[in-house]
Amino acid sequence: MSVDRWVVCEQCDAVHARRELQPGEVADCVRCGHQLYRHHRFDVEMLLALTLTTAIAFLLANVYPIIALDAQGAYNAATIWGAVIATWESGVAPVAFIAALLVFFFPLAQILLFAYVLLGLHGGRRPGEFRQAMHALSLMQPWSMAEVFMLGILVAIVKLQGVMTVIPGIGLWSFAVLTLLLAALTSYDLQDLWDIAERLDGDGGPVAREPA
Amino acid sequence: MSAGIVTAAERGLIGCHRCGHVVERPSPAPAGDCGRCGAALHRRKPQSLERCWAFLIAAMILYIPANTLTMMRTINPFNSTDDTIISGVVYLWVAGTPELAVIVFVASVMVPIGKFIALLILLLSVRRGSDRDRAGRTRLYRIIERIGHWSMLDVFVVALLVALVRFDLFGRVEAGGGAICFGAVVLLTMMASLSFDPRLIWDTPARHD
Ligand SMILES: [Zn+2]
Ligand SMILES: [Zn+2]
Repeated sequence: MSVDRWVVCEQCDAVHARRELQPGEVADCVRCGHQLYRHHRFDVEMLLALTLTTAIAFLLANVYPIIALDAQGAYNAATIWGAVIATWESGVAPVAFIAALLVFFFPLAQILLFAYVLLGLHGGRRPGEFRQAMHALSLMQPWSMAEVFMLGILVAIVKLQGVMTVIPGIGLWSFAVLTLLLAALTSYDLQDLWDIAERLDGDGGPVAREPA
Repeated sequence: MSAGIVTAAERGLIGCHRCGHVVERPSPAPAGDCGRCGAALHRRKPQSLERCWAFLIAAMILYIPANTLTMMRTINPFNSTDDTIISGVVYLWVAGTPELAVIVFVASVMVPIGKFIALLILLLSVRRGSDRDRAGRTRLYRIIERIGHWSMLDVFVVALLVALVRFDLFGRVEAGGGAICFGAVVLLTMMASLSFDPRLIWDTPARHD
């Protein structure tokens, strides 16, 4: 085990001695209450399975329309990309750009990066671009907004219901599932993956260890 | 303060913000890079207060056009209506469900304004060097960090309505400048809270009087 002996709280700078946790247990900072670390909830195999399931949900949520409208025979359906393109054409390109980034590109990149990192760790090695992939994942974490978009779909449905018949599409259910899976995936503590990778390297690896 | 707490700064340690690795780097020495992940280490986030103020002030200024400009224009063969955030909430309350009206109101009005106030409290108390209820202020920081992105809700709603309501016969929906400003406000407040370093709350020594 080459994991650090110490844990520094990133919110108040207090130093704690690291201890082994029981399943389900979390370690909170005694000074400010910030969650320092928790027991590994999943192993790499489970996390990999979660990533692949999320990828399938992402695919379905993007292929099928999220909502369809039926107003006296006139039918219109919107996919996520349909919404982005329509917003772009309606003259507010920055909104379309932000929506595409937050709802399409970030989730896609997170799924691909998790798959890359986990497939490597599953195969018993640290993948070549591990550092870069982990940095990208940690930078994207605060900007994941799938759950906000999901609530936005519900609000849009309610707003339209008085005027037209709103038909929820396969894409909507897929997106709801995607929201839950993505929340589970991105709530995973990336520091655990660093620890797992470090253990794989074994003792005598190139990693600097702290003196006692 | 509770006895027995040692800070990383006092002990000559730095915790890596990216990977959690703890590096020994006593104070006069430059912080350098993390030996595990290669990220630049910081004892405190660089220019935390300046950056936080800049993003916060920009967000507060843009919040005015975000609320006064048109968020969404509904055009049909007979007339066209311009909606702002507030008139959209009112419409939801009257014609839709009050529950969703409350959710949109919380996300678009209470969350951004609450975030402005919370960040102002944090910035001013750190500048004063206050030692009052540090744990409470750190909790306040954690709350605004966690809920900030929900303000994007109405921007997404507009994007979806624009995509769906495109019938020549029944009219169409267009997004307005308010949507751009509102999206910018959400991003700026998120950047403000990401630049704030909560460790600054704990840096002033407790007064014993
Ligand atoms: Zn703490
Ligand atoms: Zn690091």
